[in-house]
Amino acid sequence: MTPPAHPNSTEADVIPGGPLLPGDGGRQAARERARRAKTRRGQAIAFLSSVLVLGGLAVAVFTSTGWPEVQAQFFSVEVFRDSFPGILSAFWIDVQVFLVVEVIVLILGLFVAVVRTSTNPALFPFRVLSALYVDVFRGIPVVLLIYLFGFGIPALELEGVPSDPLVLGAIALSLAYGSYVAEVFRAGILSVHRTQVESGLAIGLNRFQTLRHIVLPQAIRRVRPPLLNDFIALQKDVALLAVVGVIEAYRQAQIDAAANFNYTPLVAAALLYLAVTIPMARLLDYISRPDDPSRGMAK
Amino acid sequence: MNLRFTFLLVPLVALGFVTGCASDSSDSEGSGSGQTASLEDCQKGDITTYKDGVMTVGTDSPAYPPYFEDDDPSNGKGFESAVAYAIADRLGFSRSEVEWTVVPFNSSYAPGPKKFDFDVNQISITPAREKAVSFSIPYYTANQAVLVTEDSGIGEISGLDELQDLKIGVQVGTTSLDAVEEEIDPSTAPRVYDNSNDVVSALKQGQVDAVVVDLPTAIYLRDVEVPNSSVAGQFEAPGGDQWGALLARDSDLTKCVNAALESMKEDGTLEEITTRWMSDAASAPELN
Repeated sequence: MTPPAHPNSTEADVIPGGPLLPGDGGRQAARERARRAKTRRGQAIAFLSSVLVLGGLAVAVFTSTGWPEVQAQFFSVEVFRDSFPGILSAFWIDVQVFLVVEVIVLILGLFVAVVRTSTNPALFPFRVLSALYVDVFRGIPVVLLIYLFGFGIPALELEGVPSDPLVLGAIALSLAYGSYVAEVFRAGILSVHRTQVESGLAIGLNRFQTLRHIVLPQAIRRVRPPLLNDFIALQKDVALLAVVGVIEAYRQAQIDAAANFNYTPLVAAALLYLAVTIPMARLLDYISRPDDPSRGMAK
Repeated sequence: MNLRFTFLLVPLVALGFVTGCASDSSDSEGSGSGQTASLEDCQKGDITTYKDGVMTVGTDSPAYPPYFEDDDPSNGKGFESAVAYAIADRLGFSRSEVEWTVVPFNSSYAPGPKKFDFDVNQISITPAREKAVSFSIPYYTANQAVLVTEDSGIGEISGLDELQDLKIGVQVGTTSLDAVEEEIDPSTAPRVYDNSNDVVSALKQGQVDAVVVDLPTAIYLRDVEVPNSSVAGQFEAPGGDQWGALLARDSDLTKCVNAALESMKEDGTLEEITTRWMSDAASAPELN
């Protein structure tokens, strides 16, 4: 009996009379040679095209008449050396704010998503409030929120309310990103099939236990890539705290740029943001690669 | 996106810096500031301007008093508006041959051709900045001033050391920040705002105890913008804070603007303009 032909195999692949044996001679070797040649050709084309495109871009930029001026204004080694230490220490504020806000955002977002997806009639007003919160805070540009919080709240002169622009800015950032992340979590929760909930209830778990042990583990696993995506965006948006007077990396770079009439400090700040966001982007790629067994998706 | 592409970024940026090394040394040559041509060689017909037959003058928007009035540079009112028209006049441009254009401070030093002949925007002349642009000879020397509200409880002060423990607000990009850091050295980092409106809001709301701005600005804020405020004192910025007109680096016009300013200094026109628009400047107590 002949083994069934692989669906992708061509007529020539099907050898009548038995499976392919190692010693079967020419055909398999020829196929592999052909495949290797194809790979080599592909690599050569990729290389050539990269050289042409990137090299062409480099030539176009580096030989343009304005390039020496642009170089001096954006890539001055001297200005970089002078401004980098200050920008680096200001960047520490960005990192601290990011780490704190990230935790708040996760908790807030999860809480709002759980409330919004709840079905308990008693929670109806909270569902309305959380929907309203998401609509309002997701719809306002982050920079405006920070500005309104930073200048508006102290103007109220309320007792016991913080007036430090760093704190107010961080609160505004948390509320803005909390609303994005709430929607990400909500999407995750809604993606869990309702039979999962029914099964949980059927084996005697209550609603909360079902949520905690059955729905959320699946939901959160599914939304890790969009969550990390939001964190990369958050990391960059910490720079917006500059508008309320906080000297973080971007503002420090701006100060140095104005003092020297040279934009190199801004390039230096950009490199610092990249130093954080690129590793996060790679982590995101790693988590969301399709053959990752830890994704735990049912096959 | 593949890991390899990330590594491509690193050499690209590095390349920018490395190829930058070569040209760095040629930047620091004289920019023509301080040189003066003869006013006769600088008349309308002899000089090349951005637009033929027109003197294009830049400033930021909004344009603040007392340097401009009613946010309209072309009305000739306000210190810098008057200076600009006087310079143009010396070079043979009538009032109607002067055009104003908006030049945000942060783009005034951008590389590439400038879209103005000269820019007046309370810009301080410093050696570092002269590597990127040319400046005219100074037309004003500004002291720094400390503005406080009456609620702050800081009334009369006699020395800068009394300001050390205050939260101080300044505007980004100004020499006031250097002045604060070098002359006051406050115990909490100064807060740095985008524009003078935000500096004023922060002061009014008590987010900062005091703001440091150029003296004429402080006086204007005290009189118009911030009720119940006072100028606690003035002090000299490190290196003296001299304002000049900003021109493209190595612009041929620099010598002519200098010639115009020289002649305005000689015949007293500049002093007249200064007293007319910034008359109060001497009245604040000196601090050191």
